[in-house]
Amino acid sequence: MGDVAIRVDGLGKRYTLGGPRERYGTLRDQIGRAGASLRGLLRRRQRADARPPFWALKDVSFEVKRGEAVGIIGRNGAGKSTLLKILSRITEPTEGGADLYGRVGSLLEVGTGFHPELTGRENIYLNGAILGMRRAEIVRQFDAIVAFAEVEKFVDTPVKHYSSGMYTRLAFAVAAHLEPDILIVDEVLAVGDAEFQKKCLGKMEEVAGRGRTVLFVSHNMTAVLKLCARAVILKDGRKVFDGTPAEAIPVHLSHADRILPEWRDDESRPTNPDGLVRLTGARVRQPNGLIGGLMPADKPFDIEIEYIVLNQTSCQIAFRLNRADGETVLTTGDGDVRSVTYRPRLPGRFTSRVRFPGHFLRPGRYYLLIAVNRPAAPPHDLLEAVVHFEIDGVGSLRELDGRLGVVLPQFHWSEDCVGDCPEPLTLNPQRGGL
Amino acid sequence: MTPTQPLPPEVTRIRPSGGWRAVDLREVWRYRELLAFLTLRDIKLRYKQTALGVAWAVIQPLLNVVVATVFFGNLGGMAGRTGTDVPYALLTLAALVPWQLFSYALTQSSNSLVAEQRLITKVYFPRLIVPVASVLSGLVDVAVTLALLVVVMVAGPLLFGWPVVVPSAAVVAVPALVLFAVLAALAVGLWLAALNVQYRDIRYTIPFLTQFWLLATPVMYPAGIVQDARLRLVYGLNPMVGVVEGFRWALLGTAAPDWGMMGVSAAVVVALLTGGVFYFRRMEKTFADVV
Repeated sequence: MGDVAIRVDGLGKRYTLGGPRERYGTLRDQIGRAGASLRGLLRRRQRADARPPFWALKDVSFEVKRGEAVGIIGRNGAGKSTLLKILSRITEPTEGGADLYGRVGSLLEVGTGFHPELTGRENIYLNGAILGMRRAEIVRQFDAIVAFAEVEKFVDTPVKHYSSGMYTRLAFAVAAHLEPDILIVDEVLAVGDAEFQKKCLGKMEEVAGRGRTVLFVSHNMTAVLKLCARAVILKDGRKVFDGTPAEAIPVHLSHADRILPEWRDDESRPTNPDGLVRLTGARVRQPNGLIGGLMPADKPFDIEIEYIVLNQTSCQIAFRLNRADGETVLTTGDGDVRSVTYRPRLPGRFTSRVRFPGHFLRPGRYYLLIAVNRPAAPPHDLLEAVVHFEIDGVGSLRELDGRLGVVLPQFHWSEDCVGDCPEPLTLNPQRGGL
Repeated sequence: MTPTQPLPPEVTRIRPSGGWRAVDLREVWRYRELLAFLTLRDIKLRYKQTALGVAWAVIQPLLNVVVATVFFGNLGGMAGRTGTDVPYALLTLAALVPWQLFSYALTQSSNSLVAEQRLITKVYFPRLIVPVASVLSGLVDVAVTLALLVVVMVAGPLLFGWPVVVPSAAVVAVPALVLFAVLAALAVGLWLAALNVQYRDIRYTIPFLTQFWLLATPVMYPAGIVQDARLRLVYGLNPMVGVVEGFRWALLGTAAPDWGMMGVSAAVVVALLTGGVFYFRRMEKTFADVV
């Protein structure tokens, strides 16, 4: 039994729907409910009990052996984040328990506690301490962290003067030099540019390879396949699968099966508390203007993203188009054509649209990851796996399904004859096409 | 794992906790470096992006003394009712040493958990560290104001012909009194910090609370105004009364404070602090969900 690193036993977490978010409020909210507020204050407990409880996690049990790398997968709201928060001790379980044997390092985000006014050096010490590193350890690793982040020249400059790339590199460098026995990582931290994601995944592979125990929470099947020898699937707060990642794929896909061509915001949805832009809706619109999840491969369609800018800010509306197996097909941002990443915005409601051409995506299922990014801070808002749709293989390209490639574009070819040119052949219209 | 088997050195047990819990002092001690870094950060950030910088730490108490001397001391006639030949300005400055710490700590610690919500929702550490760090960062003011007091004590007789004030042997009590002030600030700060997570109304009450508390504390007037012995005990229910009187006694060599009143103040601090710690610990587990 000594080789167990993590034991999770009958873990459950109950939230009272609408409860925690409503309970505090600004004075204005309070005045709005002035009459009921005092009585409500006294009766809060009874009222809370009257609401239907919501189990974000229920009866989850599993064991992780020392040195094992386990991926926890599940769709949005499956309970992944709750599990992560309980194991990181950020929040308490309602029932059951978990034991972790060894030093735990949990990374739900990189750069937690970074302060723009402090220098790189000061932030390394502060962030290291926040992540649970001892001062002596930070001193020992200091040069390595600075070198990894490639910020040697700016180590005594306040990080507010850093480029967003430098900032992220430094934040990640501190996290990467944490040396726990058990590493609990949220894949959300791999949101960023491709280079940064690669660095994150590479570092995690290295950690797992050194015999450390890794718990990797993700909705990206490909990353789990790559990193983990075992996968646990959560669905609606319960464990529904525990086995090899290869076996997990069909189970995971069956969960993603539902086609949800439209996503609408839910007021109780928790968002980044300091986010100034909130996503309010997203959908796939068919060529005829209807919202529908099954798109013919030969017709164009639109992806629409609705959002509210609450306060003047600078941001980028971006989405990632993923195949149902988690592989990313493309990422696009609304400043791309203008070659800017972040654009200043004024408050208001907006709808952004992207037209996808016909004859472009390969038939299959897709979903979107939508983010409102901003420089040097976590996104204003982020939706992990919303808007699920399917490209149907009807149309002229159906017969080409056998060829390889992530996308299936139909390009115009041209030819030039060099030198002595033959008479053009008359094509038999019956045998047209390619 | 059966209970008889020895546990490896670092085991994290995660269980739902009961309602009331004591503080895990060993754990807080393990996170002492984080406490130090957070305190240092608060100190470093305080006067960033200000034109006058650290000079503010001197200007604030100085202006307070000038205002108090003009309005309370002279116009309000308090300078004549101190019952000692120590100049009114010095009496006020000595009182400001703990009062500034207290009012700063009140404001900072009550908002501390909300201000650190990113930390609280992303990383585990004993939450107690957050309000404690904001109280401790107020110690800079104590140091600066103490230094200022020494300067004024020396400069006063030279420039304005004030009587020379020399602290008595009671000056050795200063560290204990600083601790008293820190604990008093923490006692109130913990309650406000935990309450503010749940009810953001708290932050709007802070300016009033600080203002009323200042008037209820003998900062700009001598504690001797309250004559009746029984009333003095009630007066002592405000722990800052004991703290401020203690500082005057230790720094300016004035008459020893009313020990009955001091005792009441100390008892109130102990009671508030114990209650605050338990309340904080009880609410702590929901901070990440509610904040």
